[in-house]
Order: sequence, then C-alpha cells, then structure tokens
Amino acid sequence: MFTNQRKAYGDMLLKLAREDKRIMVLDADLGGSTMGKMIETELPSQHLEMGIAEANMLSTAAGLSLTGLIPFANSFAVFAAGRAYDQIRQTICTGRLNVKICGSSSGVSDYSDGATHQAIEDMAIMTAIPNMTVVCPADANETAQAVRAIVEHQGPLYLRLNRNDYPNVTAENEPFEIGVPKVMREGRDVALFATGYMVGLALQAAQQLEAELSVKVINVHTLKPLNDEMIARLALCCRGVVTAEEHTVMGGLGSAVSRALRRSGLPIEYVGVWDKFGGSARNYEDILSYCGLTVKDIVAALKSFA
Amino acid sequence: MDRNEQRKKLEKTARTLRRNVVTCVGVGTPGHIGGSCSAADLIAALYFWKMQFDPRHLDWPQRDRFLLSKGHIGILQYAALAEQGVYPLCDLPRTKELGFHLQGHPDYLKTKGVEAGTGSLGQGLSVGLGMALGNRYQGIDSRVYVILGDGEMAEGQVWEAIGAAAAHKADHLIAILDQNGLESQGPVAERMDITPFPEKFAAFGWNVLEIDGHDMGQIMDALDAADRFNGKPTVIIAHTIKGKGISFAENVVGFHNVALTQEQYQAALDELADDQE
Repeated sequence: MFTNQRKAYGDMLLKLAREDKRIMVLDADLGGSTMGKMIETELPSQHLEMGIAEANMLSTAAGLSLTGLIPFANSFAVFAAGRAYDQIRQTICTGRLNVKICGSSSGVSDYSDGATHQAIEDMAIMTAIPNMTVVCPADANETAQAVRAIVEHQGPLYLRLNRNDYPNVTAENEPFEIGVPKVMREGRDVALFATGYMVGLALQAAQQLEAELSVKVINVHTLKPLNDEMIARLALCCRGVVTAEEHTVMGGLGSAVSRALRRSGLPIEYVGVWDKFGGSARNYEDILSYCGLTVKDIVAALKSFA
Repeated sequence: MDRNEQRKKLEKTARTLRRNVVTCVGVGTPGHIGGSCSAADLIAALYFWKMQFDPRHLDWPQRDRFLLSKGHIGILQYAALAEQGVYPLCDLPRTKELGFHLQGHPDYLKTKGVEAGTGSLGQGLSVGLGMALGNRYQGIDSRVYVILGDGEMAEGQVWEAIGAAAAHKADHLIAILDQNGLESQGPVAERMDITPFPEKFAAFGWNVLEIDGHDMGQIMDALDAADRFNGKPTVIIAHTIKGKGISFAENVVGFHNVALTQEQYQAALDELADDQE
C-alpha cells in the first residue's frame, strides 16, 4: 500500500504493463518523478523516452494509439496539459483516440519549484475539450484502482496526480468506476464536493464542525463526465453546497458542480485558488495556506451555511 | 507495365487529381488550391503506386500509412481516395457542407481513409513517428509517409519530431517536404526564411533526397531509394510550384485559399483536361 499517488500509479501501471503488452509508457525526461521510470527499468521495450519535447510526445502518443497500442504519456501536469494542449485537442480529442495523459505533480503539490511548475488550470482546460475524460483520484489507494479502470477505458483521458505523501482516505481495493462520485460521509445540511487532495481536507473539516453542521462529503474523482442528475440528487437534500479543489475556482470542480446544479437554486461556495499563481515554499502546507487550500478555508466556507 | 508506362500513367493520375481538386473547390467558395496542386504528383505516386494500400480494407494492419501534416490540402487527399473508390467523386463538391463526411481539414472520425486528424500545422510528423514506432514494436514492416509544407517548417514541433525520429532510428518514417516556396501571406524566403533544409535535416541525422517534385520519374526513384535506408528516417525534399498545372495560379501568392470565378474555374478545367498530352 502506498501513500504517494505517483508511486501507486507507477506500481499499478507496471503490473498491468507486464500483462498487457499494448501498454506503452512515454516520458519527457521526468520519468524519475512521474514514475514512468519503473516501467522503463523493468520493461524497457514498453517505455519511450521522448526527451524534453512534450508536444512531440503527445502527438507521438496519438500515433502509437492508432496502431492499436495503449499509450500513457507522462509529464508534470502544467506541461502535459498546458504545453501540449493543442496536440491533445487537435489530434487526440478530435479523433477520440485512446491516449492516456498523466499530469503529475499537479496543483501546488510541487511546492519547491514555484509557479511555473504548479498547474492550477489543468482541469479547466482539459474538461473544456470535447471527448476528454478527466480523473482526479483522492489518494494513492484510489489512484491504483483508477489506473486499472483507465487501462480498460476507451478514449482520451487525463489523470491528475499529486506529488506528495499524504494519508489515504479510501480503502485499498475499493471499487472504482469512472464517472461515479463516492459519498465519503453522510450529511443533511451542506453538500461538500471535493476532488483529489482536498477530499481528505474536506473530511477533516466536516469532522471538525460535526457539532454545528451536518456535512455530506462527496469525492468527485471524475470531473468529466459529470452526471448532472447524480450531482443534483446528492445536493438537493442540503441547503447549501461547497466545492473544494486544488485548482483555480475558474473552470474546475466548482464550475462543473455549478453547471450541474444550475436549475437548483442552491447557493454554492467555492474553495480553490482565487485567480492567482502559486509560488515557491519550503513545505506543502505553506503554499496551500497561501492559496487558500486548507481545512480552515473549507471550514469557513461551510460555516457560511450555518 | 514497365517503369516508363507506369510513370506516364501516374502523370495522368496527377492531372486527374488536380482536376478533382478544382471541381471540389468549385466556383465562389474558397479552397486550398495552390498547395494541393503543388503536391498532386507526390500524392499520385504514393496512393497509386508506392503505398501498400487497399481501398477496400482501410484498416489493414500491414498497410502503409499516409498523413497530411499540411492538413489544409485535405481536398487533394479526398480526390485521391475518391479516385481509389473509397467514396463517390460526386461527393467532392460537397466538401465542407455542415455535417458532411468531407471536412475543411482531415477528420479522423468523419472521413474514411484519413489516418489521423490534422490541421494545426506542425503536428503530423510526430503522429507519423508514433505510427512508425508502434508498427515497429509490433513487428509490422510498413512505412509511414508524411507530407509537410515549407511554411510549416517554422513550427517548432516539426523539429522536435525530426530530432526524435533520428534519435529513435525511425527508418520507416518518410517525410516529404512539399517546398513550393510560398506560404499564406507571401514567399517564405522573404517572410520567415529558415532554409537551407537539406543541411538541417542532415544535421539532425536524416537521409536527405532532393528532387523536382513535378518530375514523376524522380519521385518514383526517390520513393524507391527511401525503402533502402536503414537506421535513419528519410526526407524527400520536393521542389514544387504552388498552383502547378493551372497557369494563372502557378507561383501566385493569392492562391493559398482562394475562391475561383466562373471564368477561372472553366479555364483551370480546360488546362487540366486529358487531351493536353
């Protein structure tokens, strides 16, 4: 069992690549970080080092998929989704090709490198492309299950992973289905939708306010497709909604949930990055705090419905 | 059929393709005539002679693959596929109608025979590299042919692909540079001159062949030569004339994406008629 999403990813992908020779892993000189290196070391014929050339890497992945292979193209989220956006859009998504894109060290989880390495818009730009599926697992356990599902899934898919070690909030081998959010905690007053690292913080916030507010916590591990009816059913018993994401409030989970609830009349509060870049920090907590991504921030949002 | 007869046949086919491009574009609606005409001889040689291609089995795993990195000349590819019987010729003039299977740029989902979606310049060679690597990994000996434009060579991703293809020894990847000297706004040499291409490709580790892109004999020889190189990808740099075959369009900047008048349309068809030989 891992407490690091990247390691869970590499480990499961290696397992599956041993059994399924169609899996081909690509890296752009970041394999040691994305964990593509695990496949490179054990199954070198199923790994392609593409050098620091992300655009070429993603279009090459498109070409590989067109010969029947299952490519997983890895880089930091900011480069995978940002630098290679056009390549993903113009060949992979228009063609609905079976290419998996792993955006590693997403959000502000790469606290050391600073703003240029911190993807806070990646889910927004990926969800906006037709034919794309966007998965953001809550923890390492869920990442392992997600990788299984992703290998089976047909079509373009963006997987968003955190860089750092943190406790699991889902159980090992818990069933995972793309597109089906998980209720992590029942509640009646406020529906708190969270994704990725923020799911754990959401649970802590709900626990903290347990005496004053009954908070339902929902793990939205799939931002796209988002089933509007499902979201509505989960929210409508409550009087308010909060969303929490390690991402800008523009175009990510908050926007997706708002869209799903656009006829509901429910008030919604967002926890996320309010339109600013991150920056370097000596530890993860410092940058999360700067960006408004803490338990305290979620508690404040929840309390607005008390 | 001896080689000379084959060559003459392909020359006739190229003229047919040019004629199909003109009828496809029609009167009054813009189309990428210039760049289609410059590549017509190359495409004729590929689709009607060199490539392992079966119009009845477009998914044949051992097929050679063709990509238009300069995707704006999709109409030329449709012309070739129509002549191969993949769809009726009468479909060509309906290109770009809403929802029609023939789109302004090659569409993978909508158009039979299109190997991947292109249109955003600079990406096709990378896609071709992926196909070549995927084929090799699975023991498929087929080739991948990618046509690029010289204006397109300014796109950085092209050079990423050129570098990576050599690094990965993708010797079944053949790039064909349709060097017609003009881009949308004017002559490439005046606006963004990044020649010389032969030396640059060679420096990146490619085999380089240079030909007159309208001499069918040279095209055939170059495609045969490309089969024989091992360990390195090959580029065929084809010196061409934008608008070739239509006298008033040859080497004229305005024919990148242009609407023809009725007079021009008729004149073009007259010039491209088969009784010219």
